[in-house]
Amino acid sequence: MSTEARKPPAQIALKIRRILGGKAGWNGVAVQFAFAAILGWIGYEIVSNARANLENQHIAAGFGFLRNNAGFDVNQTLISYTGSDTFLRVFVVGLLNTLVVSVVGIVFATVIGFIVALCRLSPNWLLSRVGEIYVEIIRNLPLLFQILFWYLAVLAALPNPRQSISLLGIAFISNRGLVVPSPIGESGFAPFLAMLAFGIVASLALRFHARRALFQEGRMIRIWPSVLGLLFGLPLLSTLVFGLPFTFELPQLRGFNFAGGSRIIPEFVALTVALSTYTAAFIAEIVRAGILSVHQGQMEAGASLGLSRGATLRLIVIPQAMRVIVPPLTNQYLNLTKNSSLAVAIGYPDLVSVFAGTSLSQTGQAIEIIAMTMGVYLLISLLTSAVMSVYGWRVSRSLGA
Amino acid sequence: MSDITSSSFVRRDLLTERPAPVKTTGFIGLVRTRLFNSPTNILLTIIGALLLWFTIVPSVRFLVVDAVWSGKDRTACLAENAGFAVGACWPYIQAKLPQLIYGFYPEAERWRVNLTLLLAVVLLLPLLIPRLPAKGLNAGLFFLAFPVVAFFLLHGGGIKGFGLSWTAGLLELFDDSIINAGQVLLGLSKTSAIGPLLWIVGQLIVLVGTAISWLIFPLTWLRDQIQGTGQSVWLDFAITAAIVSLIGFVLGGGVRTGGRALASCIATFVAIAVVIKLMDLDHGGLSIVTTNLWGGLLVTLVVSVTGIVTSLPIGIALALGRRSTIPLIRIFSIAFIEFWRGVPLITVLFFATYMLPLFLPGNFTVDGLVRALIGIALFTGAYQAENVRGGLAAIPRGQGEAAAALGLSWWKTTSLIVLPQALRHVIPNLVNSFISLFKDTSLVSIVALFDLLGSLRASFSDPKWSTPSTAFTGFAFAGIIYFIFCFGMSRYSLFVERRLNAHRRN
Repeated sequence: MSTEARKPPAQIALKIRRILGGKAGWNGVAVQFAFAAILGWIGYEIVSNARANLENQHIAAGFGFLRNNAGFDVNQTLISYTGSDTFLRVFVVGLLNTLVVSVVGIVFATVIGFIVALCRLSPNWLLSRVGEIYVEIIRNLPLLFQILFWYLAVLAALPNPRQSISLLGIAFISNRGLVVPSPIGESGFAPFLAMLAFGIVASLALRFHARRALFQEGRMIRIWPSVLGLLFGLPLLSTLVFGLPFTFELPQLRGFNFAGGSRIIPEFVALTVALSTYTAAFIAEIVRAGILSVHQGQMEAGASLGLSRGATLRLIVIPQAMRVIVPPLTNQYLNLTKNSSLAVAIGYPDLVSVFAGTSLSQTGQAIEIIAMTMGVYLLISLLTSAVMSVYGWRVSRSLGA
Repeated sequence: MSDITSSSFVRRDLLTERPAPVKTTGFIGLVRTRLFNSPTNILLTIIGALLLWFTIVPSVRFLVVDAVWSGKDRTACLAENAGFAVGACWPYIQAKLPQLIYGFYPEAERWRVNLTLLLAVVLLLPLLIPRLPAKGLNAGLFFLAFPVVAFFLLHGGGIKGFGLSWTAGLLELFDDSIINAGQVLLGLSKTSAIGPLLWIVGQLIVLVGTAISWLIFPLTWLRDQIQGTGQSVWLDFAITAAIVSLIGFVLGGGVRTGGRALASCIATFVAIAVVIKLMDLDHGGLSIVTTNLWGGLLVTLVVSVTGIVTSLPIGIALALGRRSTIPLIRIFSIAFIEFWRGVPLITVLFFATYMLPLFLPGNFTVDGLVRALIGIALFTGAYQAENVRGGLAAIPRGQGEAAAALGLSWWKTTSLIVLPQALRHVIPNLVNSFISLFKDTSLVSIVALFDLLGSLRASFSDPKWSTPSTAFTGFAFAGIIYFIFCFGMSRYSLFVERRLNAHRRN
């Protein structure tokens, strides 16, 4: 007499049905067919209409236009660009401008956001109210409103270059933008850069070594003096040996405008200020919620182990808060990048403004241009969400272990 | 037995009085414990006070103290005429107020806008107060009846037929496109490698199309007969009302229990008839005001209310689709949601403005405002889908299983058991989405629609009012309006959240 359980029947038909039609079975399959037919019909209508309309407007479909000359100027370019360059180059110029305003905005937004969050968490009543007022006002006004406010009201009210506001005599703010000294590379530039890079790599390696020693052998290694030496001492040494790495060219007022130095256009300033202050309000709320999500007992436990308040925050509270903070924070970074497309309202030459705006009105290639623009943003957000799901997987793994 | 009072350890003399404990409540206590309790805190308090001093005081000075309150044109707001450094130039807002609220809506017709706003407020307020009864009726009026009435009020125009004509027209269109698709396949079959197969499929589709055209023939015939008579709208209305009421009566349970359904059907149709008669829709209705004349706060509100009303059904459908087990529907929903969530709204508006007209038949033009509305509805729908999905995920499995054990179908389980609970869970999230939708409506000004912000920007270029403080005044005014709406909505969302979590409070 055997006590082995019988194998369950294979139920192949049932499995196939589940794969094809889900829980609804053959009904599900039928629904899918109807749905596919509707989708196919809509797709067919779209393609045939688009083809007929393009023919009527004498527009050649396809990406051939990217090789044509653009014939317009862009007032901020990171790579060399002239009016005789192609639309493809316009695309790259716009993309780089979008990326630069996003990165600068993200840096400022993070800094301001953390400061405001600390204000809101501060035991000082007045300061926490100030933080609250900031968050409420900024969050309840549209971003476009704020961008236009900075651009049309604040920056336009600044004096002209002749009466510009001087910051310590090296940078000047006027209604033509912000003029800052521009660095000019000297002979000592290459060794300086090499030393800096070596210093960063060596400090990272040192940190890795120290953590390993701490976790595996329980040895504490004090690394900050050597890191300081690597990061600042080495470049200083190279400066002493090879001469100054770069000198600054100071802007000079000549006639009605500034000569020398590099000019940051007012559109960039307005966009960066608006984007970073706006996103900072959201980041502040995220950071605050993250820190509040760590249980009070964690702080008390740290204190009972004899850790100082700073050490408790650094070693116990913040690592736990970061798990809550990072995913929505990334979301805000993504939002900032997407919101940078509002540049089109004030004419900052970002991707939407120069490519989906000017190039579109010049060529009329609406389908290709808007598909490319949407594709870029879609790619950025899909990449970010892929990275975030890897992060989420690692966090859940470390929590499970 | 010894006397305990003589023991050496009993204290004889009184302790000196200790000072009263530091007060920790009230204003003094607040100042002492939260503002000046340590040197760092004193420093922080000073920093906070300075921050407030340098922001609040100039703002109040600008808005109230130094403001100019009356005048005819820019000269009143110039420093040399006023005799002091001028703050806000309120006469400018006074002069531009009609433009900021109505845009270029004809002056004689503005009562229609006011009436629509009044209707919206009257319908919306009871919906927002949880204690008031008849939420179902109220929601139906606001989400179904109000948009239609508002359209005819704001846009004007009348109707030529009613339900029967529309149904017949739609079915005819559907039938035409089926026959058309069959004929395209037949045409392709002459050149394609799988010609015979295409030919068979094409013939089949044409056959189906012809069969449908025979099926709907009575309907189209009736329509043609009605259109021939003088009172086409009312005749059509009467027939539609009779048919729908009959269907309602039968579905509601016939003679035994169908009375209620019949009564509600008849009540609905009487209400519709009253509205048609009142607005004279059967004789062309109110005079038409094209949407390019609309502007200001009107457009902002129209866009946001339409977005709110249309995005919720889209969001619910997408959320259910994303949780469906049917592969194609799930994949489609995921792709749709992730696509719209991955792109900025401004590119969606560009898509709706420049690309959508290319996708529609050449003779079919869509109004600029409607195009923007379609873009916003799809965009917000994707975000609402994620909110609703959160609510659906929060409902325990047992609810669905209990419904299945009672023998309810998927549709009944979803609409009666799961969705009502799920939506109630996510009301705060939905309201938060509405806040961002309201803020995002300002983006339509980029695609040449004049909403509040667009009208404001347009008014800056008026030389009659160009003064140094014009821009600041305009932004202050628009900012206050935006802030009131958004702040009100966020407070409401907090109120609902607190109400929903009332049982968790301790």
